[in-house]
Amino acid sequence: MYKINKENLSALFSCIADANELYVPCNINGSVNFAAWDEEQLVDLDTLKTVKSPKDAFFPQSETLYSCKRNGKKLSITPEELQNKDFVVFGMKACDVRGLAVLDKVFLVDPVDSYYKARREHGIIVSLACSQPEEACFCNVFGIDASQPEGDVVVYMIGDEMYWNAVTEKGEKLTKQVASLLTDADEAKVEAQKASIKEIVSRLPYSSLSLEGWGKDAVLLDKFNSPIWEELYKPCLACGTCTFVCPTCQCYDIKDYNTGNGVQRYRCWDSCMYSDFTMMAHGNNRTSQMQRYRQRFMHKLVYFPQNNDGMYSCVGCGRCVDKCPIGLNIVKVIKAFEKGGNR
Amino acid sequence: MSECTCNHDSFYEDTLIPKVGVVTDIRQETPDVKTFRVVAPDGSKLFEHMPGQCAMVSVPGVGEAMFSITSSPTNKEFQEFSIKKCGVLTDYLHAMEVGEEITVRGPYGNNFPVETELKGKNLLFIAGGIGLAPLRSVINYVLDNRENYGTVDILYGSRSADDLVQLKEIQEVWMKAPNVNVYLTIDREQEGWDGHVGFVPSYLKEIGFDTNKVALICGPPIMIKFVLQGLQEMGFDKKQIITTLELRMKCGVGKCGRCNIGSKYVCKDGPVFHCDELDEIPAEY
Repeated sequence: MYKINKENLSALFSCIADANELYVPCNINGSVNFAAWDEEQLVDLDTLKTVKSPKDAFFPQSETLYSCKRNGKKLSITPEELQNKDFVVFGMKACDVRGLAVLDKVFLVDPVDSYYKARREHGIIVSLACSQPEEACFCNVFGIDASQPEGDVVVYMIGDEMYWNAVTEKGEKLTKQVASLLTDADEAKVEAQKASIKEIVSRLPYSSLSLEGWGKDAVLLDKFNSPIWEELYKPCLACGTCTFVCPTCQCYDIKDYNTGNGVQRYRCWDSCMYSDFTMMAHGNNRTSQMQRYRQRFMHKLVYFPQNNDGMYSCVGCGRCVDKCPIGLNIVKVIKAFEKGGNR
Repeated sequence: MSECTCNHDSFYEDTLIPKVGVVTDIRQETPDVKTFRVVAPDGSKLFEHMPGQCAMVSVPGVGEAMFSITSSPTNKEFQEFSIKKCGVLTDYLHAMEVGEEITVRGPYGNNFPVETELKGKNLLFIAGGIGLAPLRSVINYVLDNRENYGTVDILYGSRSADDLVQLKEIQEVWMKAPNVNVYLTIDREQEGWDGHVGFVPSYLKEIGFDTNKVALICGPPIMIKFVLQGLQEMGFDKKQIITTLELRMKCGVGKCGRCNIGSKYVCKDGPVFHCDELDEIPAEY
């Protein structure tokens, strides 16, 4: 365990950025999001949650897959270069790090997605324990410990100091790189903070949310056919905000961009909440917003767990709770079913 | 990807990166269906597949979509796609000339169980319109390995005589093959047509098949619905009936989320399903 005075954080970031690309939560025009660090950025490690999750760093909102050129009747294809430099994402929270484990189950299973895999291999995660979990947080419901995030290095903000604990080989390597800025520390204050975080989490309003009836043992068709969906979905505006701020949503589209000198085929985030998501020449298999709304939650709480040994495709970050313009969210779904006797 | 023309140092393979394919033959099957023959630029076959599998066909700058591979794997020279003109990409494909290059990636999905469950069985194929495309792959596979299967009955219908896909092959190959019965029907009376007139499900009832068969059905959803009812009335169990699903797809490998129904991804876990399996997933198809 090491520590560094907060006054020296800028020096720390500068030292990390010397050898790696560095992403940190920054306040840009009033919104805090992960962004490439430079000395001009307004780093904000106090705001608990960035607006968008940091999944962007591994599964970008938009990325080119390959380029195509036509020469008469002939075509040529040039794959986009994969991530080949190490990069550091600093300040990821426990929920967002677990979000990557969910994405791994999608992109790292056969056939492996090369683009995502390259970023996972080169990405170094410095996670930050949540000293002040907020009202909308419910990560503990999914077995996530906000006081002890996963990651390559785990850091804790305590008073004027930041405590630094490397937990993986990648983390050790990064620690060596910045060793001159760190001093030895004992764990007493960190242990005290962990206890305090756990205590706050236990008092959060959604911390005792029950997942009974969901997950891999859920009776899929009973849940699917429940009349509760018909009541629940009504206010949904189909804006898709929940999917765009979500650390685990992974639906994507593949599209073409005409550069004037060829075509870039790119993929970008998409949303199962949109009416044309499943639209095709012979029709649409989800024509109503109720069906689309149900799909999102059934996928997170039943389909995904059934395909992945019970792992839920929700990490309780609470972003959808905060950002949904009409206050519909996964917590409401879980509670409505709880009230309805989980049917 | 032996034919890749990229000059990339760190070349890698990813299932999302297609191969270049050359269209070497285009056959006008019906007023709105053409069959495209595709090979690699060096003339070799693009890949090996099994009957029922699909591939992503694309024209860069126009679009990319999933099509079933209609040629049989027993064909060692090329792959074929029978494609109906019904959207932006298919409009472009229909306007294409022989020699033009497109991109193809795949094969994707599961296949009809030709080497396991169907071996030694009597087979009943029921198709409507362009629904013949995936079944044609199985039919030719079965005819090329005739000794491995029992009787073959093929019931195929379309809107009109002009809309019957692969009519030449049906008449010259399938109708002449040993132990194969072909039943054709069209929806409405038409001059010059002396065959059966009526919808596929009603013709099915008129013929009446023994239940000592496995039925493979493919066609418009409304046809599948009534054929399924008809077969069950004849005593077929849902386990004996195999069909294919078709949903919007982008990736082809169960990641982009579009073809997800219940815990299945049609691109990866399908497109071939036994009808009893369909009872276990939400009816969102």
